[in-house]
Amino acid sequence: MSKFKKKKSGGIPAVNTAALPDIVFMLLFFFMVTTVMREVTLKVKVVTPQATEVNKLERKSLVSYIYIGEPTDLLQAQFGTADRIQLNDAFATKKDIIPFVEGEREQTDPAEVPLMTFSIKADQKAEMGIVTDVKQELRKANALKINYSTKKTDKIVD
Amino acid sequence: MARRASPEINAGSMADIAFLLLIFFLVTTTMDVDTGLTRKLPPPIEEEQDKPPEVKERNVFQVLVNANDALLVEGELILVTQLREAAKEFIVGDPTFTDESMPEGRATDVPILGKIMVSKQIVSLQNDRGTSYEMYIKVQNELVGAYNEVRNEYAQRKFGKTMQELEAGAEVSKLFDDQLDAVKKVYPQRISEAEPKNVGE
Repeated sequence: MSKFKKKKSGGIPAVNTAALPDIVFMLLFFFMVTTVMREVTLKVKVVTPQATEVNKLERKSLVSYIYIGEPTDLLQAQFGTADRIQLNDAFATKKDIIPFVEGEREQTDPAEVPLMTFSIKADQKAEMGIVTDVKQELRKANALKINYSTKKTDKIVD
Repeated sequence: MARRASPEINAGSMADIAFLLLIFFLVTTTMDVDTGLTRKLPPPIEEEQDKPPEVKERNVFQVLVNANDALLVEGELILVTQLREAAKEFIVGDPTFTDESMPEGRATDVPILGKIMVSKQIVSLQNDRGTSYEMYIKVQNELVGAYNEVRNEYAQRKFGKTMQELEAGAEVSKLFDDQLDAVKKVYPQRISEAEPKNVGE
């Protein structure tokens, strides 16, 4: 009988925290897997326009980005305020687009090349001239699946 | 020889280390999903190409945007918020295809529905090099939206299902897939973009 008494008299036992590291590791792995590190430093200012009929971009590994906008404040002294194209980490001209497309294709599994999407992330104040040039180059490179990056909104205004 | 028992490694701080890493990844993670308007570009122009087929005026819904972001639709100056209604009216057209101002019909084979008359509508979009990208996206958005709404209304009238339901079911059900195909055949999305003009610079 005394055996049982002893157990009850122990007071409130300390909470067992032995499993805490396991739980934290689980969360850690989740975030490690879902994290996508930003690969490029933006050299242009991009505020994407808003639209209502947007689709989600799936398979991020198959999406390549083309940024268009005016250089950031720091770089304006050097590069002026005219709209520029940015591919990867550097400013580019429209002539660089075809090599860029080829380069991106080489890095992709040949079976998935037809699924590649080129997303145009252009600033809302950019002029269509430069966007059209990019589109024409993409056509020449036979990269026909494109996406205009936009934010989702409920209503557009005039 | 007294053998010393190897001491256990103190794992008490493991949780702290893991927490530190966890917080680092929490901070660097961006959970935002990229969204956008997905479009398809026409294939590149070949050197020796036949003349493009003639398209009758009544089949074309002309949308022009100038360098000042003003919108001219079928010869009338309108606001971008009115564009969707105007485009819907044109895409749906006249059910008997006799109205001279609305597109003609053409007998087309459509899954489930058989051979029916389908409108020969084309939306032609032309912008200036000076048009702002924001305006261009708004116009694109309204045109795509007009097609989506017309298709949605048709799907609900004919099959009693929304386009979202059809798209969700298309991968598992043959019927849904055919119905989705039928709606897309009846109202094909034809947005043709002309080479931009350069008058605004």
